[in-house]
Amino acid sequence: MLKDITIGQYFPGNSVVHRLDPRFKIIITGVFIAMLFSADGFLGLAVGGIFLIVSFLLSKIPFKLMMKSLKPIIPIILFTSVLNIFFLDGVPLLKLGFIKITDEGLRTSAFMVIRIIALIMGSSLLTYTTSPITLTDAIERLLSPLKKLKLPVHELAMMMTIALRFIPTLIEETDKIMSAQKARGADMETGSLVQRAKALTPILIPLFVSAFRRAEELATAMECRCYQGGEGRTRLRQLHSTGGDFFALGLSVIFLDAVLLLNFLMG
Amino acid sequence: MSVIKTENLTYTYSIGTPFEKTAVNNVNLEIEEGALAGIIGHTGSGKSTLIQHFNGLIKPTSGKIYIDGEDIWSKDVKIRDIRFKVGLVFQYPEYQIFEETVYKDIAFGPKNMGLPDEEIDRRIKEIAELVGLHKDNLYKSPFELSGGQKRRVAIAGVMAMEPKALILDEPTAGLDPKGRDTILGQIKEYHQHKKSTVLLVSHSMEDMAKFADKILVMNKAEVFCYDDTPKVFARSAELENIGLAVPQITRVFNRLKQSGIDIRTDVYTVDFARKTILEYLEKRGGANA
Ligand SMILES: Nc1ncnc2c1ncn2[C@@H]1O[C@H](COP(=O)(O)OP(=O)(O)OP(=O)(O)O)[C@@H](O)[C@H]1O
Ligand SMILES: [Mg+2]
Repeated sequence: MLKDITIGQYFPGNSVVHRLDPRFKIIITGVFIAMLFSADGFLGLAVGGIFLIVSFLLSKIPFKLMMKSLKPIIPIILFTSVLNIFFLDGVPLLKLGFIKITDEGLRTSAFMVIRIIALIMGSSLLTYTTSPITLTDAIERLLSPLKKLKLPVHELAMMMTIALRFIPTLIEETDKIMSAQKARGADMETGSLVQRAKALTPILIPLFVSAFRRAEELATAMECRCYQGGEGRTRLRQLHSTGGDFFALGLSVIFLDAVLLLNFLMG
Repeated sequence: MSVIKTENLTYTYSIGTPFEKTAVNNVNLEIEEGALAGIIGHTGSGKSTLIQHFNGLIKPTSGKIYIDGEDIWSKDVKIRDIRFKVGLVFQYPEYQIFEETVYKDIAFGPKNMGLPDEEIDRRIKEIAELVGLHKDNLYKSPFELSGGQKRRVAIAGVMAMEPKALILDEPTAGLDPKGRDTILGQIKEYHQHKKSTVLLVSHSMEDMAKFADKILVMNKAEVFCYDDTPKVFARSAELENIGLAVPQITRVFNRLKQSGIDIRTDVYTVDFARKTILEYLEKRGGANA
């Protein structure tokens, strides 16, 4: 069912990672990505890996769920590794006709694959432990200095919040409309491509009608409550940073330093 | 034979996630052919989930469903044929309307069945009259109609498929009392006219009392009882225990009984209440004399 698509893929919980200030979590994720990209060798990656594993264990996210986040990038992983294994020059380890595998190719492809996997897992950990709404809230706060440059930061964040808020609603609505049309014998699974495209009309039209209706209702409701943009607006959920947040940030910076130091020592 | 039969039917949403929820739990039911039954229960008691099993929109987590004695999830049954046998009208069905004209929208289901055009035309005319849609409205855009009229178009769209069993999920939600009575009356008429089985989900005990011959009470994903309407309302204390109000008139009679008046309590329509009170007074008058 459509319901099973999780967008934002938030996994509710109350772990240390969940409770971190989302602004810090975003910055720490940035620091983590910097670790991965500044690492020159496997040792540097290992440092990033330890950071990831520790955060992952602290977050209490089921291992299975974490693996699920990797599923969509399997093709990318395969593509990268194949490209690197076969097309990099170096000492050949195996030769079959024009195909050869070199030590350098093997090394680089392993390095790249580990880096991609760590990257995806790290950013998934952010979205698994932070609800989408909190996330946009934090992004707005982080970007708020840009307001000085007349960038409509609040409006952009509001648009994002509303879009995120309505994704599940629209999915649910699509599910309902699909069920209703199926109950009237709509056939969406068989037939030629053209027939199937046509079979979407009974779903798309009601969906658009209801999306517009919802948008209008929401606009009216916001206006009734005197919404007028970000100017002078206070917040229901204040973000408070605590010592723990600074500690986590400090820790991630130390890890980054360790990676840089390793580069220096090994290079 | 029963049209709809379930065996240990269980359905759990979002298995294996923190949102896991068993919405239908071990339901064993037999709905007789030609029944006019109501389904009632608290919000979230699993009514909508249960009825979506009856036409194969939801595949049970475990258990079986038989339509006309046929296991609908066995290999040799086409689920689309089941949808034509069991018509399902969703809650707020007006949101599923999509065609340019009312006529075309009602025709959508019958067309999917592959019926010839003359037959479709005959059915649409007949059903439109039954649900009180004026001829002129048939060629209007459905989006120009009022909410209540749209609702009728949507219901007519399923009725025109002439399913063996027609199931409606809260067809009266959001209508005024008069609109409610009209639609219920039309559904009842459809039942008598077509001799088909009709199941109706509702929150209103009053509506049920007026409408249904039998009532299925759902409570916390399980079947609390399925019985003739008077027998169900006779268990008013139990119903109140699970948080369902019995019709007001039934409550009046329960209170009369509690205050020591020897009167029957299986009263649930105003008409019957009047008769009962008159009978009682006559009896008492007779005793006094
Ligand atoms: N698509 C879904 N995904 C997850 N849980 C669901 C879904 N639909 C319903 N549920 C849950 O299943 C339970 C039963 O829901 P259902 O819609 O069958 O109740 P209902 O009796 O029809 O209620 P109502 O009277 O409000 O329509 C509820 O607790 C609900 O939260
Ligand atoms: Mg429901």
